[in-house]
Amino acid sequence: MQQFEKHTGLVVPLDRANVDTDAIIPKQYLKSIKRTGFGPNLFDDWRYLDPGEPGMNHSKRRINPEFVLNQPRYAGASILLARDNFGCGSSREHAPWALMDYGIRAVIAPSYADIFYNNSFKNGLLPIVLDRNAVDRLFKETAATPGYRLTVDLAAQSVTAPSGATFKFEIDAFRKHCLLNGLDDIGLTLQHVDEIRAYEARRRQEAPWLFT
Amino acid sequence: MAGKTLYDKLWDAHVVRQNEDGTCLVYIDRHLVHEVTSPQAFEGLKLAGRKPWRVAANLATADHNVPTTDRARGIADPVSRLQVETLDANCRDFGITEFDMADPRQGIVHVIGPEQGATLPGMTVVCGDSHTSTHGAFGALAFGIGTSEVEHALATQCLILKKSKNMRVRVDGAIPSGVTAKDIVLAIIGRIGTAGGTGYAIEFAGTAIEQLSVEGRMTVCNMAIEAGARAGMIAADDKTIEYFRGRPYAPKGELWERAAIAWRELKSDADAKFDKEFVLNAADIKPQVTWGTSPEMVVPVDGIVPDPEKETDTVKRGSQQQALKYMDLKPGTPIRDIALDKIFIGSCTNSRIEDLRAAAAVVKGKKVAGNIKLALVVPGSGLVKTQAEKEGLDKIFRDAGFEWREPGCSMCLAMNADRLSPGERCASTSNRNFEGRQGTGGRTHLVSPAMAAAAAIAGHFVDVRELR
Ligand code: SF4
Repeated sequence: MQQFEKHTGLVVPLDRANVDTDAIIPKQYLKSIKRTGFGPNLFDDWRYLDPGEPGMNHSKRRINPEFVLNQPRYAGASILLARDNFGCGSSREHAPWALMDYGIRAVIAPSYADIFYNNSFKNGLLPIVLDRNAVDRLFKETAATPGYRLTVDLAAQSVTAPSGATFKFEIDAFRKHCLLNGLDDIGLTLQHVDEIRAYEARRRQEAPWLFT
Repeated sequence: MAGKTLYDKLWDAHVVRQNEDGTCLVYIDRHLVHEVTSPQAFEGLKLAGRKPWRVAANLATADHNVPTTDRARGIADPVSRLQVETLDANCRDFGITEFDMADPRQGIVHVIGPEQGATLPGMTVVCGDSHTSTHGAFGALAFGIGTSEVEHALATQCLILKKSKNMRVRVDGAIPSGVTAKDIVLAIIGRIGTAGGTGYAIEFAGTAIEQLSVEGRMTVCNMAIEAGARAGMIAADDKTIEYFRGRPYAPKGELWERAAIAWRELKSDADAKFDKEFVLNAADIKPQVTWGTSPEMVVPVDGIVPDPEKETDTVKRGSQQQALKYMDLKPGTPIRDIALDKIFIGSCTNSRIEDLRAAAAVVKGKKVAGNIKLALVVPGSGLVKTQAEKEGLDKIFRDAGFEWREPGCSMCLAMNADRLSPGERCASTSNRNFEGRQGTGGRTHLVSPAMAAAAAIAGHFVDVRELR
């Protein structure tokens, strides 16, 4: 899992509440054998004017110029600013996969759907909860300031605006530890690398035929 | 202190560390890979910038999606094709040995592992496939895993596991003529049920199991999962050791001698304690035929389709009624009166050379009955196919009216083009008779290779014991 310590990035505002997982990544793309490659289909129904199917060349499709992600000033954004109950709907991990694949590293919203919130941590995406007033202020500043960037510091549990204003956020200590160190199940096992190596060394002596 | 079971010994030998929460980090010696459950795992590795921990521990092949006819034309279904091509690409990228569709060693993952000596006694063997239990036949600890565990095994050569309980199923006495490993394991499942082994690792033991060939033991362990157990296993003996002599991945020379000594210890101690035990008498076992949609719905070939009204357990009665409806069968129908549409000889349960020999012996000089629309023989691997052709078995099958195909999973699960049409009834040597398993609306009866062959000739089930 990708670790998350500190990240500074361009902010894209998605000014809607209850953005569901089907909106984040429509169901026709779940047939994929991959966990990556969902980026071009993030918010597919909103981003394109024509219907999308897996296997299409999405760069040839008709872009919806109205949609915020398609506006040139937000190109390359890596922090998504959102409203209440972001990620509601199904349990699909394709939603955080799609956000990550597009290049989003952190989401800032007043609240999240529970499963989406959990799934995000499993995949190295940081969902930040700030109160409604703070989120409102960030929406306003983003709209008013082209090239608006925020700095997210996980260790300090803070979001810092260009003005120097800092917003603190809460996060579960274990989740913070895992994300800071990029630890998923595999990451946790890899904390015992020395023990695995020692085991292997001993087994190579005892039963070398297992290693050919 | 009580002695150790085979499972205890295998487990203890592979524990890397004990975690505080009661789980263990367990070392994996061999990881077998196929196209269906691996793509997201490889993707995960790439995303995290990880490499396989020990590349040489992995062996891959494409089996579920591959066509069994005209391989030169490739795979027609684009979704299947992509899955197979993805495996090829992943193996290339990570340097993992793969027997691809064009390789003469390609075949069903559970057939090629032992055939290559890539599976060895005393190993922990995993694969993203529930029938990995097959490899327990050699005194190994082998079980299926999910895609996230596939990624975990690739990345760390370990899995986080909780130990199962110990169960022993003993089958004692001489195996009657006409009765095979498949009949033994179906009889076991009929006795203990499909949930009987849940939470246990099953050791199959007893004089009847000892009499079985190594390939027959694979058939038994293959279906441990159908009894609810993630792992099934059998102690290693001289037959086990001889089986591996000279195989490509097996140790050679001085190492071989050392390994053989170690392998002789792969058995439960005489005073080992099991949490649960079942004993069957081999003399009581007859050729078996499943009549329903669960492997536990099984009766001897001279039996009749049971009457759900006689079942006192209401849940069981309900599922029996449902099964009879799906299978379009009436209570009291003699098994021998059930006419068939298709015959499938293959799958990781019964597609090895001994299975094909047993079926060919029944078929030789006879013709497939007129009502059989399709009779398929699908060898478990390219090497099994070559061996069978060397022995002229392909000719025996072809002359009788069977189709002789390229190796793969084929009509075991109908992920490729081989499948039943709705309503069609099949005698199959595979392991699962679930609704739609061999094709939507298809009806599956699980039997041994000899029984499937006999049914092909008669057009309905017959007792192979009466053919001699
Ligand atoms: S032959 Fe059937 S049971 Fe065996 S691995 Fe293939 S699909 Fe699974």
